Amino acid sequence: MKIGRLKPPLPRVGATLVAYFQMIHVIEIVNLHKAFNKKHVLQGVDLQIERGETMVVIGGSGSGKSVLIKHVIGLLSPDEGSIVVDGVDISHLRENDMNELRKRYGMLFQGAALFDSLTVWENVGFSLMQHTTLSKEEIKEKAKQKLEMVGLKGVEELMPSELSGGMRKRVGLARAIAMEPQIILYDEPTTGLDPIMADAINDLIIEMKKRLNVTSIAITHDMVSAYKIADKIAMLYEGRIQEVGTPDEIKRSVNPIVRQFITGSSVGPIKAV
Amino acid sequence: MTDTVLAGTMFTKTLAYIGGRTIRLMGDVGRGFIMFGQTISWTFKLPVNLGNIFQQVEAVGVNSLPVVLIMALFTGMVLAIQTYTGFKRFNAENYMGPVVALSMLRELGPVLTGLIVSGRAGAAMAAELGTMRVTEQIDALVTLATNPVKYLVVPRFIAGLVVLPLLTVIADSTGIIGGYLVSVHVLHVNSEIYIRMTRDYLELNDVFGGLIKACVFGIIISVVSCYKGFFTEGGAEGVGKATTGAVVMSMMLILIANYFLAALIFR
Ligand SMILES: Nc1ncnc2c1ncn2[C@@H]1O[C@H](COP(=O)(O)OP(=O)(O)O)[C@@H](O)[C@H]1O
Ligand SMILES: [Mg+2]
Repeated sequence: MKIGRLKPPLPRVGATLVAYFQMIHVIEIVNLHKAFNKKHVLQGVDLQIERGETMVVIGGSGSGKSVLIKHVIGLLSPDEGSIVVDGVDISHLRENDMNELRKRYGMLFQGAALFDSLTVWENVGFSLMQHTTLSKEEIKEKAKQKLEMVGLKGVEELMPSELSGGMRKRVGLARAIAMEPQIILYDEPTTGLDPIMADAINDLIIEMKKRLNVTSIAITHDMVSAYKIADKIAMLYEGRIQEVGTPDEIKRSVNPIVRQFITGSSVGPIKAV
Repeated sequence: MTDTVLAGTMFTKTLAYIGGRTIRLMGDVGRGFIMFGQTISWTFKLPVNLGNIFQQVEAVGVNSLPVVLIMALFTGMVLAIQTYTGFKRFNAENYMGPVVALSMLRELGPVLTGLIVSGRAGAAMAAELGTMRVTEQIDALVTLATNPVKYLVVPRFIAGLVVLPLLTVIADSTGIIGGYLVSVHVLHVNSEIYIRMTRDYLELNDVFGGLIKACVFGIIISVVSCYKGFFTEGGAEGVGKATTGAVVMSMMLILIANYFLAALIFR
């Protein structure tokens, strides 16, 4: 203890500096490449996400948005490049270490991906059941709280097949936030919902950010949603990030690819297949 | 000229087809063994998920029990008729008891049970895991820091290993009773001699040999079906393909393994 106090302050300054940089960039994707059977989906993606920020990645169907987000949570591993989370390169982490990290993540899948053999509350409390020693009653109580946070009441005992599309997404979100994550990933949170339900989900995403103080990545091709929830928007096209900016900057972009996408035109450099 | 060219391209195409299939098969076998290895190692890692295991034991057992019962009963009965016909030709009806029991215990009990469970429980496993794959539920498990092999495959593996011998015992007894009933009440073989002969000529080896086979078949069904389901690609159509693929492959492997096991166990 005493010796520690006598140590020069330099290492601590260093540590503080490192911590400071970590504070700025929680997630750093560097030169990420991924190919499936010769199909080069990601061709050198570079993207930094700052703490507490909501980064929205836009891009056409099949442009590799889901592939990108799956790398961030270790569902896929890169052919080349790295993903650095809080200063740790996760691309070659062992499974146990990766799982420790995953407990700090929440992910909402495009189709919600609820476990259809479990009830709603068992879905929401799944992580708690697997990773904590809480009793069944306590887990159910916590699941109820999370469900209330996403605006659902009295659905605990239902099976996922009994829910509507919007409700499934909400349950998926409740499951994602059950372990109080620091990072939330959203895969097309509003796709397939009617405009009113989509806006309700947008509101929830904004509320999650405020209440839980999380860093988020959302991928979407819904521009209304992107403008509403994003702190920054990045456009993915032909395996690379074409442009990054605040919603206002993106709206004023002169990049013809970005312009075509955000105005939703079939005329331009992007070919509709 | 054109004919030889045509024949040439046909030949290359056939070769390419066979080559492609072989490479795919090798890949399948390789990944299948990797999955088998992972399953074994996860089976011995704590904590054990007893709830999931019981659920699977119940699913596999209950799914297949009625069909196994009917199959075994009628197989035992028809076995009695055919054995009787053959043995009567050289006046050996009195020896038919042990033959019926032996056929049931060594071959028909385990093999037919294996085939039925492939079609019922194996198909269900492949379809369920396949659906979980294409609806991203398996990915969701991973993001919830849960190993999908441990959570999904291990309970099914244990269920296969436990339930197949149990069902086989049931099939064996049902078949032997069916054979006895037909022999005694339809074919009028002497009941006392039938039972005494069966008891005298049966060995414990016959029973255990069959049960060892059943265990192996259980492993084949669960590993093949889980493997096929786990690596499903291509939506609902892919799930269908995985399911039929799982059934066909486990049935073939059961029949092939059966020969080698018989050669090994019974010599
Ligand atoms: N596991 C996989 N195996 C093979 N190809 C894949 C796999 N995952 C994605 N792809 C391919 O990568 C491309 C991008 O897919 P994806 O990231 O899902 O697009 P989206 O931007 O619509 O989310 C698609 O062409 C898809 O076929
Ligand atoms: Mg996608």
